[in-house]
Amino acid sequence: MAESPTIGVLALQGAFVEHATMLRGLGVDVREVRLPAQLRGLAGLVIPGGESTTIGKLLVAYELLAPLRELIAAGLPVFGTCAGMILLAKDIGGLEQPLLATMDLRVRRNAFGRQLQSFEADLRVPVLGERPLRAVFIRAPVVEAVGLGVEVLGWLDDGRIVAARQGRLLVTAFHPELTDDDRLHRYFLEQVVGLGHGEKRALTHAFASGDRPL
Amino acid sequence: MEESTWTTKKGLAQMLKGGVIMDVVTPEHAKIAEEAGAVAVMALERVPADIRAAGGVARMSDPGLILQIMDAVSIPVMAKCRIGHFVEAQVLEAIGVDYIDESEVLTPADEEHHVNKHAFKVPFVCGCRDLGEALRRIGEGAAMIRTKGEPGTGNIVEAVRHMRTVMDAIRRLRNMPPDEWMAEAKKLGAPYELVAELAKTGHLPVVNFAAGGVATPADAALMMQLGADGIFVGSGIFKSEDPAQRGAAIVKATTHYQDAALIAEVSKGLAKAMPGIEIGTIKAEELMAKRGW
Repeated sequence: MAESPTIGVLALQGAFVEHATMLRGLGVDVREVRLPAQLRGLAGLVIPGGESTTIGKLLVAYELLAPLRELIAAGLPVFGTCAGMILLAKDIGGLEQPLLATMDLRVRRNAFGRQLQSFEADLRVPVLGERPLRAVFIRAPVVEAVGLGVEVLGWLDDGRIVAARQGRLLVTAFHPELTDDDRLHRYFLEQVVGLGHGEKRALTHAFASGDRPL
Repeated sequence: MEESTWTTKKGLAQMLKGGVIMDVVTPEHAKIAEEAGAVAVMALERVPADIRAAGGVARMSDPGLILQIMDAVSIPVMAKCRIGHFVEAQVLEAIGVDYIDESEVLTPADEEHHVNKHAFKVPFVCGCRDLGEALRRIGEGAAMIRTKGEPGTGNIVEAVRHMRTVMDAIRRLRNMPPDEWMAEAKKLGAPYELVAELAKTGHLPVVNFAAGGVATPADAALMMQLGADGIFVGSGIFKSEDPAQRGAAIVKATTHYQDAALIAEVSKGLAKAMPGIEIGTIKAEELMAKRGW
């Protein structure tokens, strides 16, 4: 019997349990990742919301930063939400904090303000279909600019970018793990990681950079 | 678009899980805390150990100081108001803090009523010693809970007692048939709806941190293994000999709380911890955990 694919959830700090619960609900095995050895053999990785400064420092302290960069360069699918998006971005406006810096994005931290400006909104995300996505923004970042090869997946009404994909990297400024709507996690598993519908089998690198989802 | 919803209020606490929130009294402290890996800081004029030593009435900190700390760091900043002092809470909301701690560390302003936290856009965290107290605070609108412990003592014993008491009551409720929920709600002094919800889901509806007495990396990991979602450290960092070093070690022990070899590693050769206080030597009327109900 083939082993079912395992999706890692970076568990240094933040809302990793919520992501793990959502992923398990979609039928995949989940492994919490806190140390480099736990990166072995993952079909994909989720970097949760939390404090990007804290997560970044712990990535450095436990020597996860370099191996993760190598895995991403080799094609590891990654889904980053909020702090995860900040950690994946190449440019966060010159702030001094450790980053993975693997995605051609310019991201602004706390772009909407402090906690009092945290909000919920209905987003149009065309790749998920007609039904709007309820998105929760908490001291959220925003994508200010995207590089070549980055596909914008979701916008606020004012046009600001809050969801994007570049090859096997998927990011959102908001927290799908705080809602009951699992469409983005499903999209990540099926269209970014490349798992077959309903079967726990990894399809080999079905989607290259810029490909349209099926 | 809706601002300050229940989901965004309790959601910020969810983002702090697995992390350490540190008490700081200056912008310089706040930077040291951020550099050590704190997920948030609590801005105040004096840490609990100094409040305890000074005696008298402890009040909300100078808003000017809190604003300086907010400017100094990019992580969330919390601040304390007195139990029941809803105007101090209004002031803290007006200056835009990220979370208000309605705290027993300050001298209570109302011995009967806590702040009606539903009336605010800013989220609140409140202390508890048992499940009933936790659910009463959530009923009033607290979006985050922390067990009280005994602040400013560097002694973990009360934090352990309170966390075990809360967790034990949750385990009991999980196995309780619905016909017993009302009597349990009466016994706990907690809203029936919250008791019923907890019995069904098996966990508190908001994040629960541990506070009051954490002084070492092992203390932090102990509270995490007992079921805390994260850690508040008040006096334990900036009353120790080397706050930057101890802060970073407590952060690592909180992340890797189940990894004893790693906790051993970060505990090696640390400069002195804060001096501790034996709880039995504190006069009953000076126990902070007994403030609030």
